Amino acid sequence: MKYFLVILLLTLQITALSNTIEVGTGKKHATIKSAIEAAKDGDVILIHRATYAEGEITINKQLHLKGINWPVIDGKQKSQILYVLSDNVIIEGLDIRNCGYSSSYDWAAIKVLDCKKVIILNNRLFNNSFAINLQNTSFCRIENNYVKGNPINGVESGNAIHCWKSNNVRILNNEVTGHRDGIYFEFVTHSFISNNKSYKNIRYGLHFMFSNDDTYYKNTFSANGSGVAVMFSKRVSMLWNRFEENWGSAAYGILMKEISDGKVEHNTFTRNTVGIFMEGTSRIYTSKNVFTSNGWAMRVQASCEDNTITGNNYFGNTFDVGTNGTMQLNKFYSNYWDKYEGYDLNKDGYGDVHYQPVSLYSMIVEKIPAASLLLRSFLVTIMDKAERVIPSITPVELKDDKPLMKPLQL
Amino acid sequence: MKKLIKYVIIDILRNKIVLGYTIFLLAVSLGVFNLEDNTAKGLLSLLNIILIIVPLLSIIFSTIYVYNSSEFIELLVSQPVKRTTLLTSIYAGLTTSLMIAVIVGIGLPVFLYDRSEVGLTLVIAGVLLTAVFSGLAMLASIITRDKAKGIGLSILLWFYFAIIFDGLILFILFQFADYPLEKVSIGLTALNPIDLSRILVLLKMDISAMMGYTGAVFKEFFEGAMGYIFISVVMLFWIFSPILLAVKKFNKKDL
Repeated sequence: MKYFLVILLLTLQITALSNTIEVGTGKKHATIKSAIEAAKDGDVILIHRATYAEGEITINKQLHLKGINWPVIDGKQKSQILYVLSDNVIIEGLDIRNCGYSSSYDWAAIKVLDCKKVIILNNRLFNNSFAINLQNTSFCRIENNYVKGNPINGVESGNAIHCWKSNNVRILNNEVTGHRDGIYFEFVTHSFISNNKSYKNIRYGLHFMFSNDDTYYKNTFSANGSGVAVMFSKRVSMLWNRFEENWGSAAYGILMKEISDGKVEHNTFTRNTVGIFMEGTSRIYTSKNVFTSNGWAMRVQASCEDNTITGNNYFGNTFDVGTNGTMQLNKFYSNYWDKYEGYDLNKDGYGDVHYQPVSLYSMIVEKIPAASLLLRSFLVTIMDKAERVIPSITPVELKDDKPLMKPLQL
Repeated sequence: MKKLIKYVIIDILRNKIVLGYTIFLLAVSLGVFNLEDNTAKGLLSLLNIILIIVPLLSIIFSTIYVYNSSEFIELLVSQPVKRTTLLTSIYAGLTTSLMIAVIVGIGLPVFLYDRSEVGLTLVIAGVLLTAVFSGLAMLASIITRDKAKGIGLSILLWFYFAIIFDGLILFILFQFADYPLEKVSIGLTALNPIDLSRILVLLKMDISAMMGYTGAVFKEFFEGAMGYIFISVVMLFWIFSPILLAVKKFNKKDL
């Protein structure tokens, strides 16, 4: 009851104190800048439909900027656009475009610096270098934005949502495309990325660097230049995401490099060159994922240790698992492999013969990539069969001792 | 010419072997699709049939057919029929009936169970291989007079294209692993129609894996229309050159 009263009183106070200031042609203020100047903390600034080209707009008060019918705020490729320096700012319903590119400043369409609880909601951002840039923030929320970059200009393109040294960021329901990285995290902790669509970005759909304790959930990453990268991070959870059609010599569903203690569960990997690429990872728990029609479902480099791969489905992948050495320190058990040819005499649902997911030919292709032209050749099939019977090149230790006879229902 | 082709086709259809071949392909394809729970695996098994069985049967059946109809050929040569017309008609009749067998035997089950692009490419590959290998059979049976020798030559040709050639390529790739081999390896596959049709299927089936290779030539080959154009041109060359060579030999041959 006490809390309820406090909340009630607080709400009353806010509604009592906030004024609404209107901006637009024929309104009291013609420019956003003058409206901000006139406003007090807690005011709502309603921006009516028009095109505003005012250069850099600094927001240093606790304001709610609300666009009506998508007013356009144009940076004319000359400067950054909204520069948020105050806590509790809400930016809503704006169409922000043409943020300039600078090689010495981190210009962005919406830049948030050193503040808390900023909400960026329902905006459209077009043709910006960086679209949303959070620096040293906490408890910010980025929701329902549509961000589209100009992918022709690859060098000067920045990231769609760029977060640096922040914590507790929520990134929800955004659609990002045509930028360098869709979502970029560096030194960002305890954050949650969910229900976003990131596609056709030049580099990664999602890029983690030195960001611990984050979760990404139910996102779709497709046709990005290099897929998704999670590097140098700890305790990252990757759940229920979809990774599709990331094609290329360095394209991965997920690239994991030097990460530890993460979870990869319930994801689907479809038609990627490599589903999961692991390099220097340890203690990653990979389970309940579905790998369909990938070039390599997984590539587990010899530098990985103590990862667990269990309860996954593998369907129609060219190669199930690839590796670059004979060292093998990971656990593979109880997965369903569609290439498994063993039998189950005691009918316990597990095959009686172990399965080796690394084929001879995937080892050969690792050494001589040009040999991939001989894939599916009769000779190669014979060689693979012979190697399965008497392994000599493939790592003997990399095997699933209890392969499932039937695919898991996931 | 039309009459001749018609006659050859009717003659082959009356001969039960092509019928048996069709039923065999039909049975295998249906079996493969019914046994495997996902069609992708079924297509994979069919790929092996198309790359191994179809060329083998095409080349051997065609060789034997040409030898067996030597009396018919001699008879027609004495008539006012050009030798070129005669041989091309026999070839056309032969491949058409074998192609029908492939289309019915493999195309029909693929159409019923899996209407993907991969399936279509697979059937096209089978049809093209039939054309190539019955052409090679014509050549083999024209250049050798002795039937046993001719059949031996055909089997040897099949063995070379189906198995030995890939071994040689693998050997070359291993020996010259330190050199950039992308152009060379694509060039080498052009020398083998079976490899070409395999790559035609790979372009659809394993494109995600093939895109993993770094070479620019490879990328261009697999990404755009380049690969298809290259394969079509070389495949047409493989279809027409043996039969043209056979016609040239046949025109000079003393029967």
